[in-house]
Amino acid sequence: MKTCVSGLGVALVFLCAFALAGPAAEQSKSLQIKGSDTMVNLGQAWAEAFNKRHPQANIAVTGGGSGTGITALINGSCDIAESSRAVEDKEIKQAEAKGVKLNRETVAMDGIAIVVHPKNPIKNLTMDQLREIYLGNIENWKTLGGASKPIVLLSREFNSGTHIFFKEHVLRRGNAKGPEEFSPSALLMPSSQAIAEEVANNENAIGYYGMGYISLKQKAIAVAKDAKSPFIEPTQENVKSNAYPISRPLYLYTNGKPQGLLKEFVDFVYSKDGQDIVRKLDFVPIK
Amino acid sequence: MRLRRVKEFIIEKLIFLSGIASIVFVVLIFIFLLREGVLLFKEVGLFSFLKGKFWYPVSDPPKLGILPLILGSLLVTAGAVVIAVPLGISAAFYIAEIAPRRLRDALKSCVEVLAAIPSVVLGFIGMITLVPFIKSLFGIPTGLTALSGSIMLAFMALPTIISISEDAINAVPREYKEGAIALGATHWQTLYRVVIHGALPGIIAAAMLGIGRVFGETMAVMMMTGNAAVIPKSLLRPVRTLTATIAAEMGEAVRGSSHYYALFAIGLVLFLISFAINFTADAFLRRGKQRQ
Repeated sequence: MKTCVSGLGVALVFLCAFALAGPAAEQSKSLQIKGSDTMVNLGQAWAEAFNKRHPQANIAVTGGGSGTGITALINGSCDIAESSRAVEDKEIKQAEAKGVKLNRETVAMDGIAIVVHPKNPIKNLTMDQLREIYLGNIENWKTLGGASKPIVLLSREFNSGTHIFFKEHVLRRGNAKGPEEFSPSALLMPSSQAIAEEVANNENAIGYYGMGYISLKQKAIAVAKDAKSPFIEPTQENVKSNAYPISRPLYLYTNGKPQGLLKEFVDFVYSKDGQDIVRKLDFVPIK
Repeated sequence: MRLRRVKEFIIEKLIFLSGIASIVFVVLIFIFLLREGVLLFKEVGLFSFLKGKFWYPVSDPPKLGILPLILGSLLVTAGAVVIAVPLGISAAFYIAEIAPRRLRDALKSCVEVLAAIPSVVLGFIGMITLVPFIKSLFGIPTGLTALSGSIMLAFMALPTIISISEDAINAVPREYKEGAIALGATHWQTLYRVVIHGALPGIIAAAMLGIGRVFGETMAVMMMTGNAAVIPKSLLRPVRTLTATIAAEMGEAVRGSSHYYALFAIGLVLFLISFAINFTADAFLRRGKQRQ
């Protein structure tokens, strides 16, 4: 018990040290980047490439979710928040209360792929069909021209920017305040990888995730805006040209216009090299 | 001389502090949960929180009903208990009373190893082996079900149940057994009629602690039960548990929103249920001690 207490004491001392080190280290050229799990690999790759040019810079990238990053930015415990969604009214109010001026930089695009098992005969879906599937109104593949098997809905967890984007964009047709919800029987998977795994193993399943996760073990569905439009595959070109109907911007949030090292980092993200990294990680560059 | 007394005084107080530290921690945790969780009930009524059938925390306005989550947790726990308790108690009897010495030592260390496997590893193994197996065994649309979670959790509860039951069995006074055998009872009759009665309070406590372990487990259930917040109709359907809900959503909840407070309120519900389970276990353990 005693060691437990003294261990706790040591841990507390460390915690305090870290807490104090945060703002103090800012002067010694360090950047804290935090936020969206979708973007954590992207942030890491940017940080590594940026570090090669600015070896004195000390950049730490962590995930935790878009909301975690934005909260951290508002509380001053990070310099850049990565986010796969725009900030909410509540967060803007909190930022104002703390005197933080949220500045948004759109740094990349992400296409949300709809995936099924490779043996599933379905190749194309319209946005309306997708909506009906995820609302729970179409429950059998037969309705869509497939085998007579129940549809297993796979969704991301509530903490995922992808979940929110899919709900607002597909289920609610762009009306963020609409009444539609995911069918309660949708399985909420803890990660994109978990969805990929289940789709690869389950012929009944349908799932969605950032197009970086598509592999040969899943089949990406071509999606049409409506019954009259052509079916579009989720490829980088189609997302870039805005032809693919389910894509979203990825953001970096900073406190006020970036300055100093922060500005150099954001400029690097916008540069050709920065955008090449975006392409390499299967996201879509904006330039 | 005085120096020694001062030293003794300090050491005594330090030990006292260490002793009450755990109580202080528990109380502090409870107060903290209560402070944040109670704020929810300004916006949502206690009964609509506990009895609500829909959990859509990030909608506007959010629907914060945790009935499916409570039932999900209870169902997974019940499934695990049905599997783990008989298995664990039988294993404990085998190890304590029947197994030859060498095998006993080997079994005991295996049980300890089982206890040391991190739950995320068990969850991962379950996800790639048990989940497809359950799916094909029952011919159901997906293997991410309450049953998969229960089986995995049963594995996690087994070490607790086995080691505590075994201690209880070993603590049965030797005279009881000797008396039974002297009266002409066979080994089996002794076990079945005498030892089990002597050890019963300890065994019940073991089961309760196992239940507590299962109820609070998070990572493995999150990976294996599908996390769909529906009121579960059978063990072969996906469920969402209280623990998985907190783990999955805390990172993204907007601080100060009713979603954030609802997660603390869920924590409070979990805390109270676990407390009740542990309290019951403790009561049984104490009863066992008094009898001896």
